[in-house]
Amino acid sequence: MTTPGTVLSHTAGEHAAPGFDVRRVRDDFPILRQKIHGKPLVYLDNAATSQKPLAVLDALHHFYTSDCSNIHRGVHLLSERATNAYEAARVKIQRFLNAADSREIIFVKGTTDAINLVAHTFGRQRVQAGDEILLTAMEHHSNIVPWQLLGEEKGAQLRVAPMNEAGELRMEEFEKLLSPRVKIAAISHVSNALGTVNPVKKMIALCHSHGIPVLIDGAQAAPHLKIDVGDLDADFYAISAHKMYGPTGIGALYGKTALLDSMPPYQGGGDMIRSVTFEKTEFNVLPYKFEAGTPHIAGGIGMGAAVDYMEQVGMERIATHEHRLLEYGTELLSSISGLRLVGTAREKASVLSFVLEGVHPHDVGTILDLEGIAVRTGHHCAQPVMDRFGIPATTRASLALYNTREELDTLAAGIRKVKEVFN
Amino acid sequence: MADLRDLYQELVIDHSKRPRNFHKLEGANITAQGYNPLCGDRVTIYLKFENGRVQDIAFEGTGCAISTASTSMMTEAMKGKTKEEAEAAFERFHDLVTGVYPRQASDPPLGKLEVFCNVSDYPVRVKCATLAWHTLRSALEGTGDTISTE
Repeated sequence: MTTPGTVLSHTAGEHAAPGFDVRRVRDDFPILRQKIHGKPLVYLDNAATSQKPLAVLDALHHFYTSDCSNIHRGVHLLSERATNAYEAARVKIQRFLNAADSREIIFVKGTTDAINLVAHTFGRQRVQAGDEILLTAMEHHSNIVPWQLLGEEKGAQLRVAPMNEAGELRMEEFEKLLSPRVKIAAISHVSNALGTVNPVKKMIALCHSHGIPVLIDGAQAAPHLKIDVGDLDADFYAISAHKMYGPTGIGALYGKTALLDSMPPYQGGGDMIRSVTFEKTEFNVLPYKFEAGTPHIAGGIGMGAAVDYMEQVGMERIATHEHRLLEYGTELLSSISGLRLVGTAREKASVLSFVLEGVHPHDVGTILDLEGIAVRTGHHCAQPVMDRFGIPATTRASLALYNTREELDTLAAGIRKVKEVFN
Repeated sequence: MADLRDLYQELVIDHSKRPRNFHKLEGANITAQGYNPLCGDRVTIYLKFENGRVQDIAFEGTGCAISTASTSMMTEAMKGKTKEEAEAAFERFHDLVTGVYPRQASDPPLGKLEVFCNVSDYPVRVKCATLAWHTLRSALEGTGDTISTE
């Protein structure tokens, strides 16, 4: 695919990250081999959900064909194998996040579920009338609404740290908001709509100096950056498997042991109890206290396989490859007249969000789809971000480890086609 | 294979870039708002409805090309229509964009509005094409609620 008007070279090996062969990586993702409207699929909607490698699909298949059983309760061999595989996945996630102990890893449905868990337990315990909950202007709805509900219930206020025109947090304003009234801060590590990487380590340290515990929404960070909850000193860290090459409907909440121990259970049910009578229930130990009911066992195992896959490719190699792609794409799209990138932070990951003069993102999305290119259009579940930039919506291309420069060339050619239709 | 020119025909592009009756209507006695949360489209329909007929109609708002063109062409088509005629036209238009038009050979033609026939190949865009019509119906029924496509 050639792109008129650009002189950027895209020789396959020339800019590749050392030890990283994107063509071999692509072979691991069977879904990428198909055509859409007669054109090769160019999947650039990774911030919505990523595709799944064979290793993950095989893990799901293996569970259902060989080990399917309920966990933590059977005396038979299948149950033992299922339990072992599920608990082994927990340890993989613990290591992936560099958590101190696997009991600090709670399996949840995803990031949204994780944030709701913390808001309902820790939040309810800690936040009272007149208190404040600190967010940033770039949060996803899933890191706004649970806190809004808690605020309404308790009579507490949301405070929102603003960002600048580039989509970077204004740290001096963030610092001004820190006060004894703030009982918890909830901050995204990477913005889903803008790609901004927030300086969360520094922000956590600032919050801690004011005695404020911090939840980090890591949904968009885990697929792209090496996460170290110990180094960050995060109190809670939430991730979704499906954004990091794993199955949908499963994710993990990391929480410091002392905090998790002090929190009441989230949901009641089986597996989260030690003993039950009609008079009193004694709750189970961590992490099971927060895992009521039969979980998404195959999903947990699949998430473990996804973590293995990413580590096998190498988080640093993934980050390097994606960073180079992002630089290439930024330059390529910036050269298109009438196109404005939304979110131009110095520290960014994965996301190319843009508006095209005179064309609604929804029309851009439909025309790109006819070229085989999958992007997201709309407000990306971040309406306050759109309001901040005075736009109803953007078109968002988001990158993953299997994307290539040639695909970004196809995107640029597709955008030029959109302009032709609306010229 | 779907061709983008089937959806984005010249007439659609023209109406999206130069929408007709695109202004606030002085003397309007009914207004209604429509909202499509999926893409953030918003439309306000202004109606001057007297003696049982649409004497005048105009709109304001922001939206995609399909939504804007559909609203623009609807306002052209609805001038002088009774409430019953407008509702019947909406039913036929809805049939058109969902691929079941005409139900009977005797159905009256939709004229220029038939430019939207290929919307039926793009199910996610049906809401874009019908937002204005839903809003018009709400205006004529006088419910006054903001119409949401979700």
